[in-house]
Amino acid sequence: MTMTTADTGTMLEVRHLKKVFQGRGRTVEAVGDLTFKVKAGELVCVVGPSGAGKTTLLKCVAGLLDSTSGEVLLEGRAVTGPPPGMAVVFQEYGRSLFPWMTVRQNIELPLKEKKVPKAERQRLVREALAAVGLSDAADAHPWQLSGGMQQRVAIARAVAYEPHILLMDEPFAAVDAQTRAELEDLVRSLWKRLGVTVLFITHDIDESVYLAERVIVLSSSPTEVLADVAIDLPAERDQLGTRSLPRFAELRAEVYRLVQQAKDGERPSTIGKVAR
Amino acid sequence: MSALKSVVRLLAVPALLVAVWWTATEGSTDYFWPPLRTIVGTFDDTWFHGRLTSDVLPSLLRLVAGYLLALVLGIGAGVAIGSSRTLRAVLEPVLEFFRAIPPPVLVPILMLFAGIGDGMKILVIVTGCVWPVLLNTVEGVRALDEVLRDTARSYRLRRGSRLVHLVLPGASPQIAAGARQALSVGIILMVISEMFAASEGVGFTIIQFQRTFAIPQMWTGVILLGVIGVALSALFHLAEARVLRWYTGLRRAQREG
Repeated sequence: MTMTTADTGTMLEVRHLKKVFQGRGRTVEAVGDLTFKVKAGELVCVVGPSGAGKTTLLKCVAGLLDSTSGEVLLEGRAVTGPPPGMAVVFQEYGRSLFPWMTVRQNIELPLKEKKVPKAERQRLVREALAAVGLSDAADAHPWQLSGGMQQRVAIARAVAYEPHILLMDEPFAAVDAQTRAELEDLVRSLWKRLGVTVLFITHDIDESVYLAERVIVLSSSPTEVLADVAIDLPAERDQLGTRSLPRFAELRAEVYRLVQQAKDGERPSTIGKVAR
Repeated sequence: MSALKSVVRLLAVPALLVAVWWTATEGSTDYFWPPLRTIVGTFDDTWFHGRLTSDVLPSLLRLVAGYLLALVLGIGAGVAIGSSRTLRAVLEPVLEFFRAIPPPVLVPILMLFAGIGDGMKILVIVTGCVWPVLLNTVEGVRALDEVLRDTARSYRLRRGSRLVHLVLPGASPQIAAGARQALSVGIILMVISEMFAASEGVGFTIIQFQRTFAIPQMWTGVILLGVIGVALSALFHLAEARVLRWYTGLRRAQREG
């Protein structure tokens, strides 16, 4: 199957994605009509008001949820189930690591499943743990670690998997502010080092502006793309310097305004902006 | 010091009970309540000169065979039923029905199918032990964490490794609870299965003693059953503590965190 429309630079393409949940006696249109592209090697954040179907979007992209209509193309191929070359980091770090396995076993399991040879596996685990600063914790169980460390393990597992695209679903929503800042910098540095494409879902406007090259703002449900904001901050970012730049404040204000509009029920059609 | 303390705590009540029994029956002339001294005195003669291999061992082997078979069947069927909504909807009423039937009443019927040999006795043990294992496994599999399932799917774990690395360990605390219940059911059924059409076994021997009015010997049998029960449950705890070490650690971490 060849997708002639997928140009070479596109990693992920979401076309007219729609997801309707059929409940008992009521239907919820979580995602209305979503269309956007993510280029290979990009770090894109998706923000939106709560209840905007952000997690639904992520699950559809991840192939964990079937869409009602529309399609998701990853590297030109339609996603019908969890595709190879993709790793997901969930918000609930405490529930996404296997508590009966050690940190090492958690990271190694997907690699075993991919039939990576043993020596290579050991190297990947070692490097991934070093990358997230947890080289000493390989033989601990996840529940012996703090929340931030557990999320680091989940990130290490994703990194060791060597995905082409990394999906992150509000990964830092449940950790304290200090840890959150550290983990944000970790994601930036891993992204730059590995050249992986990252789709990062968050409800935190500051976080989205600080992390991303592009911020996609979603409307409220039924969800469409309300705006697509290019973040033209310098590539080298740090928590203090970048956040005190005037440009950071401007971008933050713009995204904030857009999210407010989304909350007020603004839709792309009503503000005359058409999703790309 | 603390080891000594825990040994004392462990043995205090049993020691007290034995002391009470000992003194209360010391001068007993009641035929059915012989002095504990007499019972203990006949213990060695009754069990340690042949019966250990001719009666106790066959009983235990049947128990182990029946129990293990019930574990395999219960966990196997439980995983299948727990994983499939359709299977659950279809089978749940039937399961409740079969679970409600006390296995001893099935003994005469099972004898028709399975004869009166070891097969029948093992079958009786299986029919009783399988239900707690099965129903707990179903619950354990159903209650598997959604995020953990999604994680396993997103990393494309195949069916086999999902079973080994996700479903079975995830359900293991519940399975262990079922297995613990099944063990005590199994000991009861081991005895009961030997009350009908048997020629050896602990249950058979105790019944023989009753029927021949060998009352002190009968009491030694009762005590022996108790000891077997305690020993098996201690073994079970040992195995459980090993398998579920992650679970106790997780629970402790959750309480403290």
